[in-house]
Amino acid sequence: MTQTSDRYSNRTYRRLKALKRIGLYAGVTLVLIYMLFPYYWAIISSTKTRESLYSFSLVPSLDFSNYISLFNNPIFMGAIVNSAIIAISSSVLSLVISLLAAYALGRLHFKLSRIILICVLMISVFPQVVVLSGMFEVIGWLGFYNRPAALIFSYLLLILPFTTWVLTSFIRDLPVELEEAALIDGCSRMRILTHVLLPLMGPAIASTGLLAFILAWNEFLFALTFILTDENRTVPVAIGLLTGSSRYEYPFGQIMAASVTVTLPLLILVLIFQRKIVAGLTSGAVKG
Amino acid sequence: MRNRETRTAWLFLLPLLVALAAVAVWPLVRNVYFSFTNAFLDNPSEYSFVGLQNFITVMEDPVFWGAVTNTMIFTLISVSFETVLGFGIALLLHRAFAGRGLVRAAILVPWAMPMVVSAKIWEWMLNDQFGLINKALIWLGFLDKGIAWTADSSLILGTVIFIDIWVTTPFMVLLILAGLQLIPEEIYEAAEVSGVPAWKRLWSITLPLAAPAIGVAVLFRTLDALRMFDLSYVIAANNEKAMTMSIYARDQLIGFQDLGVGSAASTWVFLIVGLIAILIVSLLRLDRSTA
Amino acid sequence: MASVTLKEVSKSFGAFDVLQSIDLTIEDGEFIVFVGPSGCGKSTLLRAIAGLVPVSKGDVFIGGEQVTDVPASKRGIAFVFQSYALYPHMNVARNISFALETARMAKAEIRQRLTRVADMLKIGHLLDRRPKQLSGGQRQRVAIGRALVSQPQLFLFDEPLSNLDADLRMEMRFEIAKLHAEIGTTMIYVTHDQTEAMTLADRIVILNHGRIEQVGTPRELYDRPANRFVAGFLGSPRMNFAPVHTDTSSGLLHGPSGFVFATSGTGSSQPVTLGLRPEALEIVEAGTAQSISGTFERAEDLGYEHIAYVRLSDDLVWTIRSTEPLSGHARGQAVGLGWQIKDLYLFNEAGIRVDVEAARGPVVAVQS
Repeated sequence: MTQTSDRYSNRTYRRLKALKRIGLYAGVTLVLIYMLFPYYWAIISSTKTRESLYSFSLVPSLDFSNYISLFNNPIFMGAIVNSAIIAISSSVLSLVISLLAAYALGRLHFKLSRIILICVLMISVFPQVVVLSGMFEVIGWLGFYNRPAALIFSYLLLILPFTTWVLTSFIRDLPVELEEAALIDGCSRMRILTHVLLPLMGPAIASTGLLAFILAWNEFLFALTFILTDENRTVPVAIGLLTGSSRYEYPFGQIMAASVTVTLPLLILVLIFQRKIVAGLTSGAVKG
Repeated sequence: MRNRETRTAWLFLLPLLVALAAVAVWPLVRNVYFSFTNAFLDNPSEYSFVGLQNFITVMEDPVFWGAVTNTMIFTLISVSFETVLGFGIALLLHRAFAGRGLVRAAILVPWAMPMVVSAKIWEWMLNDQFGLINKALIWLGFLDKGIAWTADSSLILGTVIFIDIWVTTPFMVLLILAGLQLIPEEIYEAAEVSGVPAWKRLWSITLPLAAPAIGVAVLFRTLDALRMFDLSYVIAANNEKAMTMSIYARDQLIGFQDLGVGSAASTWVFLIVGLIAILIVSLLRLDRSTA
Repeated sequence: MASVTLKEVSKSFGAFDVLQSIDLTIEDGEFIVFVGPSGCGKSTLLRAIAGLVPVSKGDVFIGGEQVTDVPASKRGIAFVFQSYALYPHMNVARNISFALETARMAKAEIRQRLTRVADMLKIGHLLDRRPKQLSGGQRQRVAIGRALVSQPQLFLFDEPLSNLDADLRMEMRFEIAKLHAEIGTTMIYVTHDQTEAMTLADRIVILNHGRIEQVGTPRELYDRPANRFVAGFLGSPRMNFAPVHTDTSSGLLHGPSGFVFATSGTGSSQPVTLGLRPEALEIVEAGTAQSISGTFERAEDLGYEHIAYVRLSDDLVWTIRSTEPLSGHARGQAVGLGWQIKDLYLFNEAGIRVDVEAARGPVVAVQS
């Protein structure tokens, strides 16, 4: 079965190869335009006001009045502070709780570990609306209603299963020998976790924490439901509820400025931690 | 020794178990409990049992079935498109080219944004008068007059699906790409050397070997799509044409303050999602055991 | 079947030159082994011939036709990978016949070829299994079967035995040699193992830093290495080296203690290094005429052979190999190393071997 009979000349193959190369870059460019253009358009629109907003120029017009009025809007600035407090607190809380659990699930041998992991995974995929009424009641009992604490508490549902799952798979990837050496030296389990594993997990914890932060920062349903008044709102709800007096006075320029503002720090962090984030997002899924 | 290790394990797990009991298990139990009562949100402590009445009320509400239908259509179409598109983009980004790492990071942008922000950006781009998309379509000669993509009831579900595909395809790409990277390069080379053409390599080697990763990605995305709330809520507000199960349940609960009916609706959602999850998981299992 | 010709083939990855202007002709039906230390470019060269790696410069000919830009799938070759690269989701039969199916060969013919290959490699009982259920040696056989079944004009092997244990390696080496004897197709085989190179090759190509050091039959390379690298690369334990310098006034060549060698005159190509293989040395009484003096370090008994280490100076230890026991000396004891002129290799500044007889004329060994 020699394939020499039906083959083309070297020149044809060279052209085919060049064509494929061009096709590849064209494809990648298309993908990039599809994924990035909307955000680029948001940036451009955020620097335009009134008449220029309705022109379709692809270059920013560098008019920052939308941003100025946004930063002078106490409700929006308050929302940013609220979101930051809530997202940081719930991420840190989740990281601590799930790190302890991940050590037990990833390293210690006991019968139910697999079942617990599966339950954790199931909790992470079930619809949040299912716990809404019960959560409402619990938040009422705790006296958290219309307070940031309500969201810090309820976001545990969102974040904990995810961080537990990811940290468990990160811990499983660390060499067991390190721990065995520490055990022989007489370290307690807690000391192993804090002094042997934790220093090795810096990047893993940073990326998991960032993902947790993104989850909390972007959440909408609970934030809409458990917060009643404007001054306690988080960013997504604040943007969602930004409206003008009529449909034709929709403040698109300002909304775009707000969108860019709340997204930019996130995107920069994601780009910096790209490699680790991909590892975190896929670790559970690919192995499990 | 074994015993002590087990005890330590439970000690380390305790905070997680307590937290999950408080935010997941207990609220879920209470939700099911409320489903059988006529409680109202303004005074949840005063109620009596009404049996299955709330479930029947929900079942007899055509709006609920509309929401179920919308959710199913939304899930089916958006997950299908995301899978195909995600697989295509993953194949593209799996190839070697200059700046690949940067491109892989850049496609995460839509995924990392708050859904509300994505919804607002697209709402602006799809605006009937000032939106870029309508302008471009008119300029290209496809349209005479801008279409109100986000206001027209017959288009709104399609628009929501379109935006969701943009938002969640990156996640799909990531998961499938991770699956592709597990396939050793030499397997492709072996096929290439023995004269197997590119399309056949894709069909007989890449696809079957990436199937488990695709399966897992589809499972996650399906369950995520079934609980979708924010996108429809922001784009369509209370338009019944794009109302999802989650929006319906929350509407009953918070909008109408009807704790009993709202909880019953939530319980329905839980059962439907659970059923679909079991279905997909057993399909994947079946696939794995025959493979 | 086909010959292979490489003309000034170069390959660089960025600024790093993996292959530098390789010229090589491989005759139809030859068994050629590429050997060299890791990173010498031998695998890249093989992949360039296969078409798996595009060459940066130069041309590749297979069967007289220029195939420089032809994709691997159209070169009519078979490739056996180090990792075997079996399709994990197909059973053995499908692994072997997949390429034939793709080429739309008739079912009966596929069946017939599959049976023949399976018989040849004794894997008939494994046809229904998946690669995961096979041992390393069985996987190797399947990989070879997959290469065989398409009846290629050229076989390429990329370190095919390096993942096997010693016993299996020997068995498979034998099988591959037998295979070549039976089908007679041109084979190119990459390895870092000099035993495989010496035993399998019609001709060996020794590569280092992306260049060919020498091409020749195993015997030629062993007896007449072109340079110091080749001399040191083939042979185990490796050749002993020591610096020498020529005294231009007396014409004497001075080496390690006790080594003096008279030359008839000095040419332009002065030797700076001498080499003696471990088996060319014997341990003699200290002070024996024409012996190199040193102190005994230790002896190793490997059962079938004996190795001894003798220290010539602070930073120079030589190895002696013999079929006779080499123990019986105390550590630190002064000994002599006997050698013969016919076993002596000399290398110049550039590492090129200088012919002892031709360069030196009549040779007189004198006592120091």
